[in-house]
Amino acid sequence: MEAASVPQTQAATRARTKTKGTKKEGTPWWLWLAVLGIVLFCLFPFYWMVNISLKTGPDLSGAALAPPNPTLKNYSSIFKNPDFTNGLRNSAIVAFTVTFLSLIFGSFAAYALARLKVKGKFWILAIVLSVSTFPPIAIAAPLFKLWTDIGLYDRPYGVGLIIPYLTFALPLTVYVLTSFFREIPKDLEEAALVDGATHFQAFYKVVIPLAAPGMATAAILTFIAAWNEFLFAITLTSSSDARTVPAAIAFFTGSVEHEVPLGTISAASVVISIPLILMVLFFQKRIVAGLTAGAVKG
Amino acid sequence: MEAASATGSVRAPARSKGIGEKKLAKLMLAPSMILIALVAAYPILYAVWLSMHDYSLVHPGLSRFDVFGNYKDALSSGEFWAAVRTTFIFTAVSVTLELVIGLAMAMAMHAAFRGQGVLRTVVLVPWAVLTVVTAFMWQGIFQSPLGLVPSVLDSIHVGQNIVWLGQKPYALIVLIVADTWKTAPFMALLLLAGLQVIPKDLYEAGKVDGASAWQRFVKITLPLLRPAILVALIFRTLDALRIFDLPFVLTKGAQGTTTLSLIAQQQLQNNGLIGLGSALSVLTFLIVMTVSLLYIRFVGGNIKAMTED
Amino acid sequence: MADIQLNHVWKRYPDGFEAVKDMNLDVGDGEFMILVGPSGCGKSTALRMIAGLEEISEGELVIGGETVNELGPRERDIAMVFQNYALYPHMTVRENMGFALKLAKTPEEEINKKVEEAAQILDLKQHLDRKPANLSGGQRQRVAMGRAIVRDPKSFLMDEPLSNLDAKLRVQMRTEVARIQARLGTTTVYVTHDQTEAMTLGDRVAVMRAGVIQQVDTPRNLYDDPKNLFVAGFIGSPSMNFLPARLEGDTIKLPFGDVPLPDRLRQRIEGGAGTRDVIAGIRPEHFEDAQVAGEDHTGTRFKAKVAVVESMGSELYVYFDVQSGPAQSDHLTELAQDAGMEDLPSHGDDEGMQVVARLDPASRAHAGAEVELVLDTDEIKLFDPAGGQNLTEPAPVAA
Repeated sequence: MEAASVPQTQAATRARTKTKGTKKEGTPWWLWLAVLGIVLFCLFPFYWMVNISLKTGPDLSGAALAPPNPTLKNYSSIFKNPDFTNGLRNSAIVAFTVTFLSLIFGSFAAYALARLKVKGKFWILAIVLSVSTFPPIAIAAPLFKLWTDIGLYDRPYGVGLIIPYLTFALPLTVYVLTSFFREIPKDLEEAALVDGATHFQAFYKVVIPLAAPGMATAAILTFIAAWNEFLFAITLTSSSDARTVPAAIAFFTGSVEHEVPLGTISAASVVISIPLILMVLFFQKRIVAGLTAGAVKG
Repeated sequence: MEAASATGSVRAPARSKGIGEKKLAKLMLAPSMILIALVAAYPILYAVWLSMHDYSLVHPGLSRFDVFGNYKDALSSGEFWAAVRTTFIFTAVSVTLELVIGLAMAMAMHAAFRGQGVLRTVVLVPWAVLTVVTAFMWQGIFQSPLGLVPSVLDSIHVGQNIVWLGQKPYALIVLIVADTWKTAPFMALLLLAGLQVIPKDLYEAGKVDGASAWQRFVKITLPLLRPAILVALIFRTLDALRIFDLPFVLTKGAQGTTTLSLIAQQQLQNNGLIGLGSALSVLTFLIVMTVSLLYIRFVGGNIKAMTED
Repeated sequence: MADIQLNHVWKRYPDGFEAVKDMNLDVGDGEFMILVGPSGCGKSTALRMIAGLEEISEGELVIGGETVNELGPRERDIAMVFQNYALYPHMTVRENMGFALKLAKTPEEEINKKVEEAAQILDLKQHLDRKPANLSGGQRQRVAMGRAIVRDPKSFLMDEPLSNLDAKLRVQMRTEVARIQARLGTTTVYVTHDQTEAMTLGDRVAVMRAGVIQQVDTPRNLYDDPKNLFVAGFIGSPSMNFLPARLEGDTIKLPFGDVPLPDRLRQRIEGGAGTRDVIAGIRPEHFEDAQVAGEDHTGTRFKAKVAVVESMGSELYVYFDVQSGPAQSDHLTELAQDAGMEDLPSHGDDEGMQVVARLDPASRAHAGAEVELVLDTDEIKLFDPAGGQNLTEPAPVAA
C-alpha cells in the first residue's frame, strides 16, 4: 500500500498542503471528515499563530480568523532585536555541532555494539538507552554547579550546551544506527575483511556508505532535538550572547511595557519553526522511519 | 596442474596489523561511554551528594552534612505532594487522551489510501514545532482576554469569567490540551506503524467469519497492536512525568500546574536552595526511573536482539 | 607453495555444540578440493575457519607451510567467493573487483590492468562500470569470482557459489569454474551440498557428516569404493538401493533371490565370511533389462513386478517392490533426514521395499507388468548394519 502511493503523494504535496488530496475514488464520507479533522487539528494552532504574527496593536485582541491589516512589522522588529538574532545564531551553531558530533560518536558506538566482540553488550546498550529516560532536571542542577566551577557557564555561542546536548542525543542516535547497521548483511563486512581490510576500514568503507539513510535519519532527529531543547538552555546560560533561541524568546519583553508581546512572540515563533517544518516537509519518510524504528519490530 | 597465472605477479600479503577487534570495539565505545559517565552518571551522583547537605542561605558556600534533612523537608512539604499529584494527574489524563486520539487518527490514516505522505507531513507538524513555541501558541489561543477561545466564548456569552491561564483547574486543562495537541499525532505515527504490520487477510477472514467492524477492531486490531501500544505508552508516560517546558512557559507553574520538574527547578534557580533542589531532583529521578525500569524490561527483548552475535 | 593442512582441527561453540570434530585434511598445492555433505555437517564452518572468519577451537591450520591460526583473514592471502556473492552494492563492478588491491595500496595502473584481465576471462568487460543491483544473478556470480581472481591469492575458498543460480546456469557455470581453476592453478577449497558438483569439479572430495570427515578420495573411488553406508548413499543419483540381506557362507541372500558371493568380495570380507546379517548396496545402474542385455550378459537374473516407470529420454528409471522390511542403520536415517524423507511411510505394500533400477531406454518395461532384470553381482557392496562400514573395502587410501 505504501510504495504505490509514493509517486502520487509527491504530486499531491506539490499541489500544496492545504488541499486534502484529490481523492476521486469512492472514499466514504466519514473518512473524508476524519482526515479533514486530522488536518485541522494539526495545522490550525499553527495557522492561528501565523495569523497573530501578522497583526499589531488593537487587531491583536479579537478572534479574527485572518488579519484585517496584515503587516510584517512584528517580523522586522524581532530581527532588529539582538536577543533574537543572537539566539538564532547560537541555536544554529549548537544544533549543527551536536548533530555532527553525535553522528561520529554515535556511529562508532553503534558499530561496536552491532558488530564487534564486546563483553556485556546488552548492559552497555541498556545503560546508553536508559540515559534517555533521565529527567533533565536531575542533571541540570549539578551540571549548573559544575559548569559554573569550570567556566562553561554562559559561554558565548552556546558552547556550554554542546556537551550536555551531545550526551542526550547519543541514545537516540545509537539506537537508530544500531538497528540500521544490523540490517546490513554480514557477508559484506566479511568480504571486506577477506579482501584485506581492518575492522575499522570495513566500517568506514563498507558499512557507513550503506548506512547513509540511517545516518541521515539520526542526523535529522538529533538536529530537531537540539534546536528544541529548553531546560538546559535556560539553566546553563543567561546572557543574550550565549542563549539559544528557545531560551531567548521565553524571556522576550515586548516593546510596550505591561503587555505580553503576543505579536512579536508569535513572529519569532514562526521564524524559529520554519527550519524544522522544512525538515519535516522534505524528510518526512526518514523521520517516521527513525521514530518507529524498533517500535514495531518489538 | 600446469597453468599460467592470469596476472603473473607475486604479491606478499598485507602484514601491517590493524587494531584488533576487541581493542577497536573498546576504542569506538569509549567516547560515548565517557560522555555518558561525565554528563549523566556523575551529575546524578553529585546531585545525591548535594542533596545530603544543608546549604546555608546566609553564608554561601557553607554547608552541613545532613543525610536526610533535605528529604525530610521535601517529603513533608505540601508543595511537594501537590506537585506529585499534579504530575500524576497530568500524566494519566494526557497519556490516555493521547492514546485514544492517536489511535483514532492512526485508524483514519491507515484507512486513507492516498495522500499518506501528505498526511504524515501534516501530522508531524505538531511534533516538529518547538515545545516553547507550542506553549506560546496555546497561550495565544487561551490567554484572556485577547486569546481566541476567550474571545469566541465571550461573543456567545458563555464562560466569560473564566481566566483560562489564571485559574485552577483551567490552567491544568490548558496544559493538558497543549500537550495532547503536540503528542497525539506522534502517538498516531507510532500506532500507524503498528497497524501497517497487521496482515490484511486477517480482517478479510474476520469479515468472512461474520465479525462486525467493532468486533474486528476489538478482537483483531487491538490484540495485534498491543506491542506498539505498550511502546507508545511507555515513551509517553516517561515524557509526561518529566514535563517541564510547557508548564514553565505557559504558566510558570502557577494555578496548580507545578509539576515535579518544575518544583525542583524553582527551588534551584529561584530560591537558590541547592540542597533542597537537589533532593527534589533526586526524588524526581527515582520516580521516573522506577517507571523506566518497566521500559527496560519490556524493550529488553529488543535490546537483546540488537546485541546478539 | 600454497598447500593447506588441517591437523586435528575442532570447532566448539560456547553452548557445547561441536561443529567440526578432529578434522584432518591435506590439500595439495594447486589441488581442487571439495567439501561436501548435508546441511549442518560442518563444511561451511571448516571453510570459514580456513578463511579466518571463525576461530579455531583446537588444532592447527597450516597454509603454505605456515601456521596461521592466529592470523586474521587479511593476512592469510586467501580470496573467498560467498554464497550470496557479498558484492559491495555502493561500488561499481570495477571498484568491487579492485577493492582488495586498493586496500593493499597497489598503484592504480596495476589495479586497472588486473581488473581488465579478470574481466576478460569472465566476460564482464561491458559491465565494469555498472553497479551490482543492475546485474543478473549469473553476472553477479562472475563478479564475485572476478573479485577473487584479481587478487592472485594463495588459495580460493568458495562457499556454495553456484547454489543461488538456476539449474541450467548452474551447469554452465560449473564448467566455467573448472576451467578457470585449471587455468590459474590456484589451490581451491570448495564447499557444496550438491553431490553432482562435487563429483564433476573436484580433484578430490571430502564427504562430511556431523562434523566428521567420512572419506576423502577421488570422485571415482568414492563411487566405486565407498567406506560406509553414508558415503555410499550420498554419492550417486539416484542413490544406491539398500536391502537387508543375509550372508551365509558363499551365498548372499537378497530379498529377491540368492546370489553367489563373488570371489573378489570373498577375499576381502573382514572377519571372514561365515553367517551374518548385512546390508547390501546395489546401485540402480547395476541392474539391466534382461531382454536388452542379451543372453551373454552375466549376472543373476530375477523377475520383478514394476510399480512405477520414469522415462527421462536418455534412460529409464524403473521402481519395483521387494518383499522385505527396510534396511535399518543410523547412517541411513541420517541420509533420509537430509533428504527430508524420514517421516514418509516406507514405500511399497505389505511391508515391501521399493528398489529403483536404471535401464536402457530400449527396455519395454512398463508399470504393472513383470520384467526380468539382470543384476551385476560383482558390483554389490556389503555393509555392516551396526557400524555402517563397507565390509569389502580395499586397502585404505591416504587422506
